[in-house]
Amino acid sequence: MTSNEDSYYLPELSKWPVIAATALFITLLGVVLWVNGGSLWITGLGLVGMGYMFFGWFGQVIEESMSGKYNAQVDKTFRMGMAWFITSEVFFFFCFFGCLFYLRTISLGWLGGEGTMARSNMLWDDFAAAWPLISLPNGGGGLYAEAKEAMGPMGLPLANTIILLTSGVTLTWSHHGIKHGNRFQQVWGLVLTVLLGVIFLVCQAYEYYHAYQEMGLTLNSGIYGATFYMLTGFHGFHVAMGTLMLFVILVRLLKGHFSNEHHFAFEAVAWYWHFVDVVWLGLYLFVYWL
Amino acid sequence: MSDAITHEAHHHGPPTGAKRWLYSTNHKDIGTMYLIFALIMLFLGGAMAMVIRAELWMPGLQLVEPDFFNNLVTNHALIMVFAVVMPAGVGLANWMIPLMIGAPDMAMPRMNNMSFWLLPPAAILLVLSMIVPFFGGGQTVNTGWTLYPPLSIQSGMGMDFLIFTVHILGVSSIMGSINIITTIINMRAPGMNMMKMPIFVWSWFFTALLLIVIMPVFAGGVTMLLFDRHFGTSFFDAAGGGDPVLFQHIFWFFGHPEVYVLLLPSIGVLGMIIPTFSRKPLFGYKSLVYGMAVLYGLGLIVWAHHQYTIGMSIETTTYFMIGTILISIPVGLMIFNFIFTLWKGSITFETPMLFALAIILMFSFAGTTGVMLAVVPADLQYHDTYFVVAHFHYALIPGSLFGLYAAVFFWMPKWTGHMYNERLGKIFFWWTTIGFNLTFFPQHFSGLAGMPRRIVDYNMIFTEFNVMSSVGAFAFGLSHLLFLYIIIKTVKGGEKATTEVWDGSSIGYAGLEWTVPSPPPFHTFEKAPVVK
Ligand code: HEM
Ligand SMILES: [Cu+2]
Repeated sequence: MTSNEDSYYLPELSKWPVIAATALFITLLGVVLWVNGGSLWITGLGLVGMGYMFFGWFGQVIEESMSGKYNAQVDKTFRMGMAWFITSEVFFFFCFFGCLFYLRTISLGWLGGEGTMARSNMLWDDFAAAWPLISLPNGGGGLYAEAKEAMGPMGLPLANTIILLTSGVTLTWSHHGIKHGNRFQQVWGLVLTVLLGVIFLVCQAYEYYHAYQEMGLTLNSGIYGATFYMLTGFHGFHVAMGTLMLFVILVRLLKGHFSNEHHFAFEAVAWYWHFVDVVWLGLYLFVYWL
Repeated sequence: MSDAITHEAHHHGPPTGAKRWLYSTNHKDIGTMYLIFALIMLFLGGAMAMVIRAELWMPGLQLVEPDFFNNLVTNHALIMVFAVVMPAGVGLANWMIPLMIGAPDMAMPRMNNMSFWLLPPAAILLVLSMIVPFFGGGQTVNTGWTLYPPLSIQSGMGMDFLIFTVHILGVSSIMGSINIITTIINMRAPGMNMMKMPIFVWSWFFTALLLIVIMPVFAGGVTMLLFDRHFGTSFFDAAGGGDPVLFQHIFWFFGHPEVYVLLLPSIGVLGMIIPTFSRKPLFGYKSLVYGMAVLYGLGLIVWAHHQYTIGMSIETTTYFMIGTILISIPVGLMIFNFIFTLWKGSITFETPMLFALAIILMFSFAGTTGVMLAVVPADLQYHDTYFVVAHFHYALIPGSLFGLYAAVFFWMPKWTGHMYNERLGKIFFWWTTIGFNLTFFPQHFSGLAGMPRRIVDYNMIFTEFNVMSSVGAFAFGLSHLLFLYIIIKTVKGGEKATTEVWDGSSIGYAGLEWTVPSPPPFHTFEKAPVVK
């Protein structure tokens, strides 16, 4: 009775899920030991396991997909899976943006003595709230060291904005190339996108270096530094992942895995990349600019 | 070309050996693993509760160190919430959703298995968090399940283990939720449109939607905690411009919807059981679905009713008060749906139904104390007393746990092919219900009289109430040995269950699980059934 058209593909037993769970466990166990003064090799071991798992698991899915085992319903499952995954990512960033808004617009004011909830008269008398917060309530003693200046929106951040927006365009260009079977356009569009992703990361690494070395802006510079690095850091991590995914897709494209109709892997990565793009716009607006 | 492979994959019986479980891609096996995991953790979390109650048996210090007591309180809650009720709910979802909607399996069977196999590592990390303080790991985690800073920033490395426990559980629930939503939208049999779905499936639809929103936020929150602890950030420290209350907002943005995550699957179970044993279709199916949607929306915007005492402005507390009181409308609506379903039904009182009826009663009680707590000036008195403990145990034990027990009795004949022993089931019901009420009813009074929660010792005037609570708790705890016995006995044998199992099972918005044999074959609905 089973023709591929009317039956949903049910995979055989698979070792990858347990490997994934074990690798994640080892990685995180390693991080716990590391932050408590241990070395990083257990984390490294876990990460190697994760890498092995990603190769194996995705490799198997690609192989199944290429041999035509997936019908339209399976395709829809993949699309929904990716869409909901991105939704959950949206809420991950929502958390950090929410914190930024809360700190900037609500609690910092109280700390500076504003309104009926004012606290500064009890804690630090002469603290004045300002954003970006350079002068800390406790004057930078103890755990914290004040930054010399805040990160402005011009220069590198602006360049990075342009780079990411351009990469969104080149990616869409490449997608059109796939849909219309234009080999030159699909390959070079994707190559450019990967390159732009790498350039973005290099710029950001340089920005961090500059901030640490010259501006004294670190994780320890109070709430401004903390939110700055948390938001840009997690975003940067997502760009790195996205670039890696784009690279994998590029390899698959070169191998001829995608047809004009069937190239969901490409689209999934494109969705992800556009999501990362949009997050950056929020960052640029609220972290660098306003 | 792949015909042969697909064919083979569909038709062999269950694989053998450890691989069947470790490498599983079968929703029934994975569901079973979830349920067994939850049962094991129920005994672990329950054992902690027994120690807590033994310590509180008398005023003064009896058994454990104060810090360790608080650690027990913390881990008892975390285990019950994350390692018992949630996994058991997902286990039911795994078993029942594909069977109910006529799907061959979950949409993503491999990811499904990963969601499960993340749980044992999480449990290991959680247990490690408890024992490292005994091996030089610094201060125990004594914050309670809410993990508030600054205490959580000061505790030792156990806290780091807990943070990553939360991360792993978050990954697991998000993957599980994506799978469930995709299954519900994409895998329904032809004719099973959304508004025909059994209410249990709807309840999980909303639960999964909630989890996708709240788990990432909680993960972000504990990540900030980790950074404050080890990397010198100041999110929750005013000296650097941060605010410890920020963590409370994050926690409760997650934590309040989380209680609906615990509640809704059991509401779904009631929506299946009550029509079956009243032999009447569910009253107001649509309104129940819409009610859950409203609950979903409101549930996300009322979190700060847990924080009335932190000094929010009067406007803010008023807003959260009104929102919270509004929630009792959809909650009340659900209760009324069930009561009207009972109305003029021909009711029989099998064990699942006994649980269902008791749940309606006891859960309404929690709703009532909830509205009391929602009122700001009143809550300023009740907050952090045993009154809150009584409130949420009335909400969580009947509202979530008993719903799961009812589900086990309701579907166990379908899963195992054997009827459980009805007499033992009834004994368990009465034993556990009486034990539960004896434990938590007195806590309303000690709470109203001012006994604070999460403290190892108490004033002598509360002694009588606490003795009652402890006696009740031991009875309640002990009843679970009978539960275990009933389950093992039913798995091993017993009267053969029919396909329909219950004579009212296919009434109203029933699932397709009652059209497959008991127990169902390893693979069901390989060819999609057509629902008229
Ligand atoms: C009519 C519905 C409800 C209302 C109005 C309500 C209201 C409240 C309020 C105001 C509090 C905070 C009390 C305080 O800390 O001072 C509270 C605590 C709590 N509620 Fe409810 N509640 C309702 C239903 C539920 C349900 C259905 C559940 C779970 C299934 C639940 C579980 C909890 C838990 C676990 C806590 C305590 C959390 C903690 O502090 O550790 N509630 N409730
Ligand atoms: Cu709440």
